[in-house]
Amino acid sequence: MKQAYETSATLAGYNFAFLDEQTKRMLRRAILKAVAIPGYQVPFGSREMPLPYGWGTGGMQVTAAVIGAKDVLKVIDQGADDTTNAVSIRRFFVRMTNVATTEKTREATLIQTRHRVPETPLSEGQILVYQVPIPEPLRWLEPRETETRKMHALSEYGVMHVKLYEDIAQHGHISTAYDYPVLVNGRYLMRCSPIPKFDTPKLHMNPALQLFGAGREKRIYAVPPYTEVKPLDFEDHPFEIERWPEDCALCGAHDSFLDEVILDDKGGRMFVCSDTDYCGERREAGHTGRMSAPYKAEAAE
Amino acid sequence: MYVAVKGGETAIGNAHQLLAEDRRGDPSVPELSVAQIREQLSGSVDRVMTEGSVYDPDLAALALKQSRGDQVEAIFLLRAYRTTLPRLAVSLPIETGSMKVSRRISSCFKDMPGGQLLGPTFDYTHRLIDFALEAESTPQAEGKGQLADHLPQVVDLLNAEGLIERELPDADDAAVGDLTREPLMFPAGRDIRLQNLARADEGYLLALGYSTQRGYAKSHPFVGEIRSGEVAVEIDIPELGFAVDIGDITVTECQMVNQFMGSKSEPPKFTRGYGLAFGYAERKAMAMSLVDRALRAEELGEDITAPAQDAEFVLYHADNVEASGFVQHLKLPHHVDFQAELTLVRTMRAEIAAANADVELAEAAQ
Amino acid sequence: MTPDLEQTPLLSVELLNKSFGRQQACRDVSFDLWPGEVLGIVGESGSGKSTLLNAIAGRLSVDSGKVLYRTGANSIIDLASASDAQRRHLMRTEWGFVQQHARDGLRMGFSAGANIGERLMALGDKHYGKLRDTALDWLQAVEIAPERIDDLPRTFSGGMQQRLQIARNLVTRPRIVLMDEPTGGLDVSVQARLLDLLRRLVQEHNVACIVVTHDLGVARLLAHRLMVMRRGQVVEAGLTDQLLDDPQHAYTQLLVSSVLSV
Repeated sequence: MKQAYETSATLAGYNFAFLDEQTKRMLRRAILKAVAIPGYQVPFGSREMPLPYGWGTGGMQVTAAVIGAKDVLKVIDQGADDTTNAVSIRRFFVRMTNVATTEKTREATLIQTRHRVPETPLSEGQILVYQVPIPEPLRWLEPRETETRKMHALSEYGVMHVKLYEDIAQHGHISTAYDYPVLVNGRYLMRCSPIPKFDTPKLHMNPALQLFGAGREKRIYAVPPYTEVKPLDFEDHPFEIERWPEDCALCGAHDSFLDEVILDDKGGRMFVCSDTDYCGERREAGHTGRMSAPYKAEAAE
Repeated sequence: MYVAVKGGETAIGNAHQLLAEDRRGDPSVPELSVAQIREQLSGSVDRVMTEGSVYDPDLAALALKQSRGDQVEAIFLLRAYRTTLPRLAVSLPIETGSMKVSRRISSCFKDMPGGQLLGPTFDYTHRLIDFALEAESTPQAEGKGQLADHLPQVVDLLNAEGLIERELPDADDAAVGDLTREPLMFPAGRDIRLQNLARADEGYLLALGYSTQRGYAKSHPFVGEIRSGEVAVEIDIPELGFAVDIGDITVTECQMVNQFMGSKSEPPKFTRGYGLAFGYAERKAMAMSLVDRALRAEELGEDITAPAQDAEFVLYHADNVEASGFVQHLKLPHHVDFQAELTLVRTMRAEIAAANADVELAEAAQ
Repeated sequence: MTPDLEQTPLLSVELLNKSFGRQQACRDVSFDLWPGEVLGIVGESGSGKSTLLNAIAGRLSVDSGKVLYRTGANSIIDLASASDAQRRHLMRTEWGFVQQHARDGLRMGFSAGANIGERLMALGDKHYGKLRDTALDWLQAVEIAPERIDDLPRTFSGGMQQRLQIARNLVTRPRIVLMDEPTGGLDVSVQARLLDLLRRLVQEHNVACIVVTHDLGVARLLAHRLMVMRRGQVVEAGLTDQLLDDPQHAYTQLLVSSVLSV
């Protein structure tokens, strides 16, 4: 009923997953190169997609290149499956591939994400596709692409530490809260896409394949399974993740990234898991938070 | 109990229904046909074809109808459709020298072989709102003007004297690049730059071109020639061994002539800036030729001092499908990042408050 | 027997040529620079002295000639044909470059401390506390109050900015520092203080310098040896005092007399 505008078969006149096979091959070559050189940004012939640039065209092209008929797709934005952009991208792939979709991290073979890494640990064989707005970690320090490519080639990354030094000098600690710069496999400086730094450690030695697609900037890069991903920091100011004063109000989790929800105009607020699947799974297992009702499957909407 | 905001699916469905109603407008007013848009809003159609990189007036008109006249949105629709089109063949370069010309002017000479041909133009009209057009069924003027064939190109006249640089294919005759298949890389050759500019947002090029006239890049341009009209598109068919004409397209070409003071090996001569657009997109073609010339600064040994000469700046920000998408992506939720920032700002504020409290305590104790 | 390194030039420029169109900015320029030596290059604007400096630093490609540098590891590199990677590495380790305008040589959006620490961080120093201590030492060495460590260079006076730029260059103990009109654009009183400081630092750290200046006063104070350039050519070279007190070439005589007659 609620999906009346969704067709059950793939849309007539379009190839499986929208892109033609030649384009997919081109993308797969770029992905293979990216996997072979972890953290290196591979330029690729990004195509115009039916969604606007900045809304996930890079992630969509990567997903379209690797998706197969037997895949089970999960799409999240801000950690949630039901945010509008996640809904829109999921719907696009259902129309174009008719693959099965899921909200469960464990069940998915392919996850496209914007701004979060799922809380549930990923496993071997899974692919996590990140949507990337700006792939170049040195961009705010050096606007010129010709220069930043040279800096990568020569591993000239000192200036990134200058930025972190300045954070500490001005604010007492590193004030980069998301899109935290990391060194991949001891070689390439990489942007993790705008995930909160809370998620940054999840990239390290992850069993899943992590692919990053930047459509407008026309770059693909990758972190292969079990690859070292090290956040930049100082010996006497080590990398730290954010913490919350409270647990999740719905499931009581104290180890997940929490969204703040404003309850009224008098300062009342609550914190809930940003990862809706994780939160739901915990509630299903009987965990409760201070504002939760007993769990029941969300039939009513 | 709190229930998280849900219903993205329903919300999107409703929003798109509203958009459809909005597009149609008042149902008591007759609906526009694609043919009406194609025939009567050709200025918009031409721009959408040019920046959408597809020569198809019907499709461009349909895109304009679907986008309710929003040109950048229509360009976007056409581009996304273009992605799915198979590439059957690559045409030979079009011969604008053998254009069936409907308009052709030069500011360099009072007259030249073939003469100045004004053709359909807003030039020299008085921009007075014509209330007569409010009435429908304006009588149609006599059909199209005469089309002149094989008019010599004005820059070729200069060329005969060696006064203007020659433009010949590179010695290695490398294939022309294709931005729709390969990413933009630097340094970008002129083929890539021109392709980028042809797809570039008209307003952006207009502003950049304008800036070169106001001192941001030394440029002393003259319109060598602007010509609009029909040219044949030919493709080589290897099996046949000769080129086959597959149809005509209407294009506008601008050859801008600029001063150049010469160098160690070259005597002073004129240099060129080039612009080409589908249909009668003359403003676009002119602006493009100014920016093309400005971007040749490095090649010609000129100082790079102005935005219009900065290839990375100009080319990276020229595409309105890219720009519009990224600007508007700010509408998407960013609450995870904002939460991360919020937590950080609160921590920092708490630290400062604590430090101040310590100072106050110490002072009170004295 | 090991060769006495102090008896070998640190830098040998051989027959360097560079032209811009029909304008030949450097013609067959050759000279040696010895460890710890300060070489002044003087001439009017347009004489080719800044072009020479930029060519030596690898910021301009040369038409012909060699720029042979003996590295800290005692190998010889021709900077005129060295790879970008080699050149860039040297420029942030064994070489320094002090720009005429401090804003070209500083990161204006970063604090004084970050500016001093940059080269160290590029070399892998990852201890915030130690970086800060080093920055404080260097602020003191260039006579900037330590409490300015977290201030942006834009809040500094011209003289302070220039001193900060010097500290930022010297922090990795370079073996050669190139300076392009280091006192240009500063008030006379500020110039004197900066020159004193430069002379002291150069001596203390035994760093070789090439100083380009149009100001013979600056040259006399700083340089051990002078090269006079005119229209891209070296017309005279010699010990500073000798050259200024007894100029041989007519152009040098003109330069010296024009200063005296003011």
